[in-house]
Amino acid sequence: MTAVYEPAYEASYESWDETRGAEIIAEHASQEGATLVILHALQEAFGYVPEAAIPMVAQALNLSRAEVHGVFTFYHDFRHKPAGRHVLKLCRAEACQAAGGDALAARAEAKLGVALGNTTADDRVTLEPIYCLGLCATAPSAMLDGRLIGRLDEKRLDALVAEAQR
Amino acid sequence: MSMRLFVSRDAGAVAVGADEVALALEQAAAKRGVAVEIVRTGSRGMYWLEPLVEVATPQGRIAFGPVTETDVPSLLDALASNTPHLLRIGATDEIPWLKRQTRLTFARCGVIDPRSLDDYRAHGGYKGFERALSLGPEAILTEVTASGLRGRGGAGFPTGIKWKTVAQAKAGRKFIVCNADEGDSGTFADRMIMEGDPFLVIEGMTTAGITVGATKGYIYIRSEYPHAVEAMNAAIKAARRGGYLGDRIGGSTYSFDMEVRVGAGAYVCGEETSLLESLEGRRGLVRAKPPLPAHHGLFGKPTVINNVLSFAAIPFILAEGAKAYADFGMGRSRGTMPIQLAGNIRHGGLFETAFGVTLGELVDDIGGGTFTGRPVRAVQVGGPLGAYFPRALFDTPFDYEAFAARDGLIGHGGIVVFDDSVDMRRQARFAMEFCAIESCGKCTPCRIGSTRGVETIEKIIRGDRVSENLALVEDLCNTMKFGSLCALGGFTPYPVLSALKHFREDFIPAPTTLQAAE
Repeated sequence: MTAVYEPAYEASYESWDETRGAEIIAEHASQEGATLVILHALQEAFGYVPEAAIPMVAQALNLSRAEVHGVFTFYHDFRHKPAGRHVLKLCRAEACQAAGGDALAARAEAKLGVALGNTTADDRVTLEPIYCLGLCATAPSAMLDGRLIGRLDEKRLDALVAEAQR
Repeated sequence: MSMRLFVSRDAGAVAVGADEVALALEQAAAKRGVAVEIVRTGSRGMYWLEPLVEVATPQGRIAFGPVTETDVPSLLDALASNTPHLLRIGATDEIPWLKRQTRLTFARCGVIDPRSLDDYRAHGGYKGFERALSLGPEAILTEVTASGLRGRGGAGFPTGIKWKTVAQAKAGRKFIVCNADEGDSGTFADRMIMEGDPFLVIEGMTTAGITVGATKGYIYIRSEYPHAVEAMNAAIKAARRGGYLGDRIGGSTYSFDMEVRVGAGAYVCGEETSLLESLEGRRGLVRAKPPLPAHHGLFGKPTVINNVLSFAAIPFILAEGAKAYADFGMGRSRGTMPIQLAGNIRHGGLFETAFGVTLGELVDDIGGGTFTGRPVRAVQVGGPLGAYFPRALFDTPFDYEAFAARDGLIGHGGIVVFDDSVDMRRQARFAMEFCAIESCGKCTPCRIGSTRGVETIEKIIRGDRVSENLALVEDLCNTMKFGSLCALGGFTPYPVLSALKHFREDFIPAPTTLQAAE
C-alpha cells in the first residue's frame, strides 16, 4: 500500500544563514522565471523570507532589489517574519460563509485573543484567513500546519484551537 | 486472494478523515489476518458520503459511507460474513446521483489509482493521444473546433480557435500553459481532476503541444492545493518514465515536457495575463490585451493558455470524436460541464452533466436543498465574481448565453448555496472587500473602486443616506464594469448588483416602528 499519511507536525525551520541561503538561491537560479520558485524555497527552509535574502536573489537573477522586493510583497504567501509555532488557517470565502464560517472565525478569534492575520502574544499560534481550500462541499474548512479539516463545527474548531495552543 | 478496497485520497475526503479510515482498515485487517489491498483513488465527488469505502466484488464495486474509524471493525465483519451493514449504499455505479451524470471528463476520477500510469492506460488513457498522433496537427484542430469546446475557466472562448492561432504563429519557441489557479470559492473540479486523474491533464496538454508545435508546458497550481501539486508532480515523473513526456513521446517524432509551478496566494493570478507574469517571476499585474497570449504570451512567445478542465476534455474528444462530445449540450454550449455544488447544500459535490440542466434542478433536486434544512434563499454561481440568483430565476438553464442574458455567468461552474439566514448586504460588501484584497492595483476602477465600494456599502448597512448611497454603489459598479482592465474589477459588480436587484429588501432599512418595538 502506497498511501502517505500526513502526521500532525510542528514545522521546524532552519535559522537564517547566508551561506545556506546562497545555496538555495543557486539551486534554482537557472530556471526560467525563477523569482517565485526561489522565494518559495527560501520560505520552506527558513519559515519566512529574510530581508537579507532579497538583495542576494536580485543579484543571482540580475534584477534590481526593487523588482525582487516588489514580487516578495505582492503575494500573500510570503512571510516577512516567522509565523507562530502553529498556523491555523480558516477559510473565509463564500462557500464557507454559507456554511457558518463567519461565526466560527469569530469564535476562533475570541478563543485565541487575536484577530485574523495575527499571532498570539506567546508566539504559539498564527491565525490567518485563507480564500478557498477547494473543500467547498465539506464546508466550513480549515488548515492546521498543512493538515486539512472539513465539516468544521464548534466542537472541532475548539479541538483544533486547543491542539494549536499546546 | 486479497480483498480490494478503495478509499479516496482526494483532499476533500482526507479533510473529513479518509486517511484515518484507510489506516484503521489496514491495521484492523492485519490484526485479523485478512489480506487486503487498499487502493487510494480520487473522489467520486459525492462529498456527503466521504469518507467513502468501496469493495471490489465480481458484480462490481459496493459502496459504504460515510465511514469513520469507529465503523471499521463492524464494516470488516460485514464484509467477511457478507451480511448487511448500516452504511452500505449498494453498487456504486447504481447510485442515482452518479447514474444521472454524464461523466466524460470525470469518467475515471474516483475509479482509478491516480499514481498509476498503467491503471490510467487500462481505463482508456492515452487512447485520444494515440489517435491524435495518427491524425496530425491539422486534423486535431478540426476535431477540437468541431467539438464546440469552449474555455472552461469561465470566459468560454472557443478552444479550437485559440489553438489554431498559436499553431499559425511563427516563433522559435511556443508554450502550453495550464491554468490551475482555481481560486473561485465553490469550485474544486480542477483540484479533483488533478488529484484523481492527473494523467488526463498531462495528456490534454501534450496533445495541445503536438498540435501547435510547443515543446514545453507549465501547469500553474495555486499554493492552497498542496495535494494537487504532489499528485501532478508524481504523475509527471511517471509519464516521463513511461515515455509520455520528454523526447519522442509515445514513440513519435514529437517532444514535449512540462513542469509544475506553484502560485503564492494571489487570486488575480487566475487571470491569464496575470498568471503569465507570475510564471515569468514577476508581480501578478494584469497585462492589457491585445496582444493576445496566443501571439505574445509566456516570455513573449505564442502561448496556449487553457484551464485544467479544457485540457481535460481533449482526450475524450480525440478518442471518441468531436461529434460524440458536441452531441451533448444546448445552443452554443456544447459537451458537458463539471458542475460543483457547494456551500450550504445537502448533497454537495461534483456533478458532470450536459449543458442545459436548470439551476433549480441542480440545487433542489440534485443538491437536495440546504444541509441546515432551511429554505434556499440565494445561490452564487461562478465564484466571487458571479451573480447571486434568487429562487425566481431557478428556471435558468446552465448555458453560457442563458446566464449572461440574466446578468450572470457560469464561470468555472461552481454553485454556492445560501439559506434564508443570509444577509445580502454582507455578501455585497464581501464582494467589494475581496476585490480590494486581491486587486493587482494596475487599474484605478478596481484598485480604488473596490475600497470605495466597501465604504459605501458599510454606510448603507449603518442606515446612512441609504437611497443616495445605493445609487452611488450602482454608479460605481458601472465604472468598475466598463473601466477595469480584467475580470476582477470588471465582474465584481455582478455579485453586488445582483444582490441589490434581487434582494433589495435587505438593503432598505426596516420601518422605524419595528426597530422601536425591539
